[in-house]
Amino acid sequence: MNWISNYVRPKINSIFSRREVPDNLWTKCPECGTMLFHRELRAAQNTCPSCDHHMHIPPRARFEALFDGGIFSEITVDEPQVDPLAFKDQKRYPDRLKDAKKKTSETDAMLVAEGEIGRTKIVACAQDFSFMGGSMGMYVGNAIIAAAEAAVARKCPLVLFSAAGGARMQEGILSLMQMPRTTVAVQMLKEAGLPYIVVLTHPTTGGVTASYAMLGDIHIAEPNALIAFAGTRVIEQTIREKLPEGFQRAEYLLDHGMLDRVTHRTQMKGELVSILRMLMRDTPPIMGDLPKPAEEAEPQAAAEEA
Amino acid sequence: MRNYLEFEKGLAEIEGKAEELRAMARQNPEMDVEDEAAALDTKADALLAELYGELTPWRKCQVARHPDRPHCKDYIEALFQEYTPLAGDRNFADDHAIMGGLARFNDRPVVVIGHEKGHDTNTRIERNFGMARPEGYRKATRLMDLADRFKLPVITIVDTQGAYPGKGAEERGQSEAIARATEKCLQIGVPLIAVIIGEGGSGGAVAFAAADKLAMLEHSVYSVISPEGCAAILWKDSEKMREAAEALRLTAQDLEKLSVADLVIPEPVGGAHRGRADTIEAVGNAIEGLLEGLADEDGADLIAARRKRFLDLGRSAIML
Repeated sequence: MNWISNYVRPKINSIFSRREVPDNLWTKCPECGTMLFHRELRAAQNTCPSCDHHMHIPPRARFEALFDGGIFSEITVDEPQVDPLAFKDQKRYPDRLKDAKKKTSETDAMLVAEGEIGRTKIVACAQDFSFMGGSMGMYVGNAIIAAAEAAVARKCPLVLFSAAGGARMQEGILSLMQMPRTTVAVQMLKEAGLPYIVVLTHPTTGGVTASYAMLGDIHIAEPNALIAFAGTRVIEQTIREKLPEGFQRAEYLLDHGMLDRVTHRTQMKGELVSILRMLMRDTPPIMGDLPKPAEEAEPQAAAEEA
Repeated sequence: MRNYLEFEKGLAEIEGKAEELRAMARQNPEMDVEDEAAALDTKADALLAELYGELTPWRKCQVARHPDRPHCKDYIEALFQEYTPLAGDRNFADDHAIMGGLARFNDRPVVVIGHEKGHDTNTRIERNFGMARPEGYRKATRLMDLADRFKLPVITIVDTQGAYPGKGAEERGQSEAIARATEKCLQIGVPLIAVIIGEGGSGGAVAFAAADKLAMLEHSVYSVISPEGCAAILWKDSEKMREAAEALRLTAQDLEKLSVADLVIPEPVGGAHRGRADTIEAVGNAIEGLLEGLADEDGADLIAARRKRFLDLGRSAIML
């Protein structure tokens, strides 16, 4: 009996208890501390149902929630020359890239896709803050150009979800040159008379804010997103005073006239559909859950589990 | 009184000694020091040539920031006639960190815009050390628009450590102002020539350096972030600015190889501040040459070529 009660039973218990609560099923909201079950969190698109805190959401998960039936097809982005400056700080740039690729399973910090939202054809690109801080280098530049070209070719709007610390220092001046470069991409859309909507997510700062993220026809931000040119610490050091509460947050920018709207992530799709259809002088949207499009309509269905 | 940079310490000693000898001789006319002083001068010249012959990227940053370097105002006064400053962004204020207006450049009416850092305490404060606020960029946008409507070429003189990181600047849309100025650069159907005369600091510089042709002075720099800022972030130690300056490839010579700069304008031995008039003249000649090269281009072609120039940065192979 000893052997059974002292060894077998605990072993069995431990197997069961491990099955009952694997760590990854629960996420603690960093803002209010509520434990959130993974299904609940996913249904709320990584926002906290109790305090509305918006957590990071990877581009693929965002697209799954955004596009009708979670179906979208990725638009290929040309890969630029890797590490043209042979940049090395404490780590080599190619090693940093390799780590980021491994961590995110993505090629770089921007994902481009096309599909339908509320039966409205769009091209979307989303920046990935978990890939080297979402930083804008030549790949991100290529991605935005590919997105703009695709939107122009398909005569449909472009929706861009920004999230970045700024330009990618490891590409030196070539990253800075992505500011004018992506501006050219925005101009292609404007000249084609197509809507360009920017959704600013947490955080959007530096050279990204000072180029394509502030050139939208309409600017929508997620609640409490940090949106800035200069970092808070740099400003405090320069002016030697404490900055007001909520400084550089979405609501503060809305008050100062830099944004059109601040919208909860779970309401973003409906709002985008409505705005885009009006801008495209299209019929009013059909609200509510739409059935998946017919198979033959979307032969390149490429939705993946995030 | 000459300002010396930290790496010019040896030079300061030699030049100081020569000056001391000459001062002594002025007081005692019977003393003959000229041979000795001349020997020191020769030694100083040799050291100067040696130091400036192979400036490291970090030293170039220091030279680019040298307080005695000619600034935008000096170039405008020397190279332009009938300079008529135009002020204000029509929304909020006039930003003194950015100068701009109508002028004649070698008889040609043009619009000139540039960052001015100031040359002493009062003017530096007035100019906010050349760090512009949104109003400055909006003024630049307005002036570029004016140039476009009246078909005047635009010449921009870039010299800033960056856009001003202040509370009001953020509240009034620093990012948007820079983005719009950059956008305007890419929209105007007139020649746009930019010259970096000192520091080309990140977005604050791009806002009017997205040009048809970019010239850089030999010891000027152009970078996505200051070496100190980069070191603080990537090395977690702002004292690693030498390494950062090296890694960022921010010198005029590297930028020419990267096809970001079209032309490097040589500076006198010892830097622009040791030959201000010669430097200004060389910049004038460079601008004239670049303008001449674009004189026959039509507006639509200029815009198309300018856009292609930037679109190609990321597509074509890069050799350093």
